[in-house]
Amino acid sequence: MTAEPSTAQHLFDGVPFEPGAAKNDPILVADGVRRAFGGLVAVDVDHLEVQRGAITALIGPNGAGKTTFFNLLTNFDEPDTGSRLFEGNDLAGVSAYKVANLGMVRTFQLTKSLSKMTVIDNMCLGGTGQTGESFFKALFPFLWRRQEAEITERADALLERFKLSHMRDEFAGTLSGGQRKLLEMARALMVKPNMVMLDEPMAGVNPALKQSLLDHVKGLRDEGMTVLFVEHDMDMVQEISDWVVVMAEGRIIAEGPPESIASNQAVIDAYLGAHHDSALDLEAD
Amino acid sequence: MGGVQLVATFARARRGVLAVVVAFLVLLGLGSNGPVSAQEEGGEVKGSLVQKNEEGERVGVPSVTFRAFDESGAEVASTTTGEDGAWSMVVPEGTYDILLDVETLPDGVALRNPDKNPAQVTLIDGSSKSTLFPLGEPEESSAGGNTVIQLIVDGLKLGLIIAMCAIGLSLIYGTTGLTNFAHGEAVTFGAVMAYLLNNAGVFGVQLPLIPATIIVVVICGGVGGLFNRTVWRPMRRRGASLVAALVVSIGFSIFFRYVILFTFGGRAKRLRDYQIQEQWDLGLFRLAPKDLVLMIISIAVLVGVASALQLTRMGKAMRAVSDNRDLAESTGIDVERVISLVWIFGSALAGLGGVLFGLTESINWEMGFRILLLMFAGVTLGGLGTAYGALFGSIIVGLFIQLSTLIIPTDMKNVGALLMLIVILLIRPQGLFGRRERIG
Amino acid sequence: MDWGAIIQNSFRGFIGEPFIYFSLAAMGLNMHYGYTGLLNFGQAVFMAAGAYGLSMAVVTLGLNFWWGLLLGIVVFPLLLALIMGVPTLRLRADYLAIVTIAASEMFRIIARSPSLDRWTGSSDGLTAFANTFYDFNPFDKQKRYFFGLFIGNQMWVVLIGWIVLSIVVLIVWMTMRSPWGRVLRAIREDEDAARSLGKNAYWFKMQSLMIGGMFGALGGMFRAIGTQSAQPQNFITDVTFFAWVALILGGAAKVGGPIAGAAILYGILNFTDVFLRQLVENGYVPESVMDGTQVGQVRFMLIGLGLILLAIYRPQGIFGTKEEMALDDR
Ligand SMILES: Nc1ncnc2c1ncn2[C@@H]1O[C@H](COP(=O)(O)OP(=O)(O)OP(=O)(O)O)[C@@H](O)[C@H]1O
Ligand SMILES: [Mg+2]
Repeated sequence: MTAEPSTAQHLFDGVPFEPGAAKNDPILVADGVRRAFGGLVAVDVDHLEVQRGAITALIGPNGAGKTTFFNLLTNFDEPDTGSRLFEGNDLAGVSAYKVANLGMVRTFQLTKSLSKMTVIDNMCLGGTGQTGESFFKALFPFLWRRQEAEITERADALLERFKLSHMRDEFAGTLSGGQRKLLEMARALMVKPNMVMLDEPMAGVNPALKQSLLDHVKGLRDEGMTVLFVEHDMDMVQEISDWVVVMAEGRIIAEGPPESIASNQAVIDAYLGAHHDSALDLEAD
Repeated sequence: MGGVQLVATFARARRGVLAVVVAFLVLLGLGSNGPVSAQEEGGEVKGSLVQKNEEGERVGVPSVTFRAFDESGAEVASTTTGEDGAWSMVVPEGTYDILLDVETLPDGVALRNPDKNPAQVTLIDGSSKSTLFPLGEPEESSAGGNTVIQLIVDGLKLGLIIAMCAIGLSLIYGTTGLTNFAHGEAVTFGAVMAYLLNNAGVFGVQLPLIPATIIVVVICGGVGGLFNRTVWRPMRRRGASLVAALVVSIGFSIFFRYVILFTFGGRAKRLRDYQIQEQWDLGLFRLAPKDLVLMIISIAVLVGVASALQLTRMGKAMRAVSDNRDLAESTGIDVERVISLVWIFGSALAGLGGVLFGLTESINWEMGFRILLLMFAGVTLGGLGTAYGALFGSIIVGLFIQLSTLIIPTDMKNVGALLMLIVILLIRPQGLFGRRERIG
Repeated sequence: MDWGAIIQNSFRGFIGEPFIYFSLAAMGLNMHYGYTGLLNFGQAVFMAAGAYGLSMAVVTLGLNFWWGLLLGIVVFPLLLALIMGVPTLRLRADYLAIVTIAASEMFRIIARSPSLDRWTGSSDGLTAFANTFYDFNPFDKQKRYFFGLFIGNQMWVVLIGWIVLSIVVLIVWMTMRSPWGRVLRAIREDEDAARSLGKNAYWFKMQSLMIGGMFGALGGMFRAIGTQSAQPQNFITDVTFFAWVALILGGAAKVGGPIAGAAILYGILNFTDVFLRQLVENGYVPESVMDGTQVGQVRFMLIGLGLILLAIYRPQGIFGTKEEMALDDR
C-alpha cells in the first residue's frame, strides 16, 4: 500500500457527472427500479451503474430511500417494477441468499449480530460452501473438520484486523454498538464477496478505529473488491470514496467524484431545501 | 428501570396471575358434572341410543337390550339402555358381535341401517369402543328450498358471529402484537355464563336470556379488562417477548378450557330460552326468528364498532396505535388506556359472540377454541391486525364453511376453512388488506 | 392411602413410557424452537403421523410392519412438514404457529370423521398393528422387570424407547456442534442476517421442521405401539403442550433439556394423578367435588398453569441461566 491516499478515480475517466451516467465497467446496473409503500414512493431510480473495483458512496438526507434501495438491490425486497443486473445476472426472482452467493454481500443499518452465538461463531457462519452445512455430512465430523479449521483461521485473522480478537469467545450480544458494526462488516467479508454493500458501517465507531477501517476498506478495493456504502459523515465520504451518488426522495439527483458533489446545486437543494444558494457545509450534518 | 421497581412489577405480575386464576375459578365454581366410569381390565363397548323427538331434540331411548356374542357365537354379556339411552358392556379381550335386540325397541322406532346389526368390534384390554346404532329414516341432506341460498344464509350467520368474536382478537394483535390464543375461551366463557344465568339461574332465579346476555357482556368486558391489567400490562411493562406472551396466552387457553370442562362438564348443553322455534319458510330458504334477530344484532354491533373506530376519538386512537404504536405515543395518545379499552371491548364482543353462537348451536367446553381457529382463518384472510380485514375475512370464512358442505361431509366442514387459511398464506400472506413489513 | 403406589408411579413417570413419548416429541420441538426459532404448536400432528403412519400401513393398507415404520417415521412426517412449512416458513414466526395449531384441529376432525372410518377407524382409531414388534420381545410377558415397574411387554417398549432416545440425543448433539447446527442457530437469532451471508434460510428451516417432526413422529409411534392403538384423542391439540412444557422446563436449546423436562413433568403428573385418584377413591374428596374422570382433566390444567408460570418466571428453564437461550428472547 502506498503512503499517498490511493484512489481508483482513473476508473471513472470519461464518465459524465450526471445522474444515471454509464460507467466504463459496471458490476451492478439498476434500471427503472421503483418501490412504493402505499402512496409513498420510497425509491424511483431511473438508472444507476456501479463501477467495478471502486468505492462508491450513496448519500442523501434521512428517508431518501437509501436503505430501501439497498434492499431492492440485494433482493431483500422486491421492486414494483424495474430490473437489476449483477455481473450480468438478472436478479429478478433470485432469492436474497443466492444474491449473496453470487458475490454481493450486504450489511444492515440496524445491526444484526447473532446475540446468543459467540463472536467466532458469527464469523465462521460467513464461510461459504461449507461441507458441514449438510445435515447428513454434519453427522460425520471428519468430513468437515479440516475445512472448519481453515475457516476459523481466516475468521481469526479478520477479527484481529477489526480489533475484536479479545471478544472472540464472548456472546455477540455482549458487544457494544460500534463493535457490532465491526463484527457485521468482518462477517460480511468472510463470504469473500466481489462486492460489499455497507449500510452506514461507521455509525458509532470511534474515530481512531474508523481511520484504520477506512484504510482497510481501501485495501479491499485495492484487492479488487467493489464497495458501495451509505454514509452521512461527509468527511469520510470525501476521504475514501471514488465516486458519490446522491439520493433524495427516492430519486438519484446527482453523481460525480466527491469534490464535485459539495458544490452541486441539486444536492444543496435536497439537503437544505430549494432556493438556498450558499455552498454546502455538510460537515454540520 | 431500577431494581426495586423491577421487583415490584414482578410481584405485581405474580399477584395478577393469581388474581385472574382465582377470579376465574370463583366465577365458574357453580356448575356440576356427572361421573363417567373408567375401564381397566377387559374392554368396554358402549354407545348411546338416541332419537329425535317432535321438537327435533335428541333424546335417549331407554330399555333397549344389547347383547354381545363372542366368535363361537356364545352370548357373553348383555345390557339395557338407561333413561338417557346410554349403554355399556365390559367383555374380555377379543372380537364380538354386538346385537341390538330389535324386539325391545319402542313401537314406531326402527334402525336406520338394519343390515349393520349386529356390529362387529374388536377389543383389547383397557380399550373402549363406542358403537353407533342410528335410529330413524336416513336424514335428508337439504332442508327444503334452495340449498345454495340456504347455505349462504347459514354461512352469513356463522360469519357474522366469527367476525364479532374476531374483532377483539384482531385489535389486541394490532395494538399489542399479541396473538391471544386465550381469546377463544372468552367466547366459551360468555356462552357458559349465559347458560348458568339462563338455565341454572342465580339464587334460584332463572334470568330470561336478554337480561342475562347484557350481564354476560358486562362480565366478559370486565374480566377482559382485569385480565389485561393483571397479566398483560405487567408483562408489557417488563418488556416480555412476544413468544413468551404467546406461550402464556396458550397456557391460559388450556387452563381455562379445562377449568370449564371440570365445572361445566363434557356434554353439550342448550340454552333454555328460544330453543325451539318454528322456522319461517321463505321460499328460497328457511330461517328461525331467533336467527334473524341474531343476524340483525350482529350487523348492528359490527356497524356500530366500525363507525366507532372511524368516528370517535377513542376509535381513531385505537387505529393510530394499531398503525404505529411509537408514533401514537409521541403524539400524546395514552397508549395503555387505548389497549385497556381494546381488551374490554374485545372481550365483551367475544362474550356476546359466545352467547349468540350458543343460541344457534349448543354450548360446550371447547366451542371457543374451535371458533378461535376459524377466527384465525378470518383474520389471516383479512390481514393480521386490521379491524375491517378481520370483519370481511370472517364473513368469507363463514360462507366458505357452509358452502363447502356441498362437496365435503358436514362433519368435516371446518377442515375446508382451515385449508383455506393455508392456501391464503401461500398466495397472499399479507391477507386482503394487510401490507408487507420493513426489512433492514 | 397407598403411598407405595404413589411413589412407584411417580418414579415410573420419570423413566416410563410417557416419558419416552414426550421426550422424543420435545426433542423435536427443541430442534424447531430451541435451535431454529420455529414456533410449532402442532407437534401432536407429527406424533399422530408416526402413530397413524404405522397403524394405517398395517391395518388399512395391509402392508407389513417394516413398511409401516417407513411410512410413520419418514413419509408421513415429511409430507406434513411440507404442507405446513411451504406456506409459512417464508413468513413471520406466528404464521407457522397458527398453521400448525390449525393442522392439529384438521387432524382431529379428519381422524374422527365417521365418513373416513374405513381408513382411520374414526374415534376408536386403529388397533393391533404392532404384533411384529412384540414378536421380538425377549422378556417374559408374565414377569415384572426393573424393580417391578414394568411387565414384560412394557419393558420391551421402554427398552427400545431408551435406545431410540439415546440415538436421537446423539444426533442432536452431533449436528448442533456442526456448521449445520450453526446455521440453524443463526436463523433463530436473525434470519435476515443468515440470508445476507448466503444461507438458504427457508431450506434450513424446512430441514429443521422435517427432522424435528420425525422425532415427534417417533414419539407418537411409540405411544401407538405401547398401547397397540392409534386413537385421535391421544393426539389432540393440547397434547402438543405437554411437549412444550417439557421443553421449557428442561430449558430450550440444551441437548438434554427436553429429557430432563419430560422426566420431571411426568414425575409430577403421575404423582398428582395417582395422589388425586387415591384421594377420590378413599373418599377424602367427595364425588360432588371431583370424580375419577375429572382427575384426568386436572393434568391438563396443570399443563396450562405450567406454561403460564414457566413463561413468566422461568423462561430459561429450571436449570438455565439468564444468559442462555430463553423463551423470552424474542
Ligand atoms: N416497509 C415500509 N413500509 C412503509 N414505509 C417504508 C417502509 N420501508 C421504508 N419506508 C419509507 O420509505 C422511505 C425511505 O426509507 P429508507 O429507510 O430507505 O430511508 P434511508 O434513506 O435509508 O434513511 P436513513 O438515512 O434515515 O437511513 C421512508 O419514508 C420510510 O418511512
Ligand atoms: Mg437507511
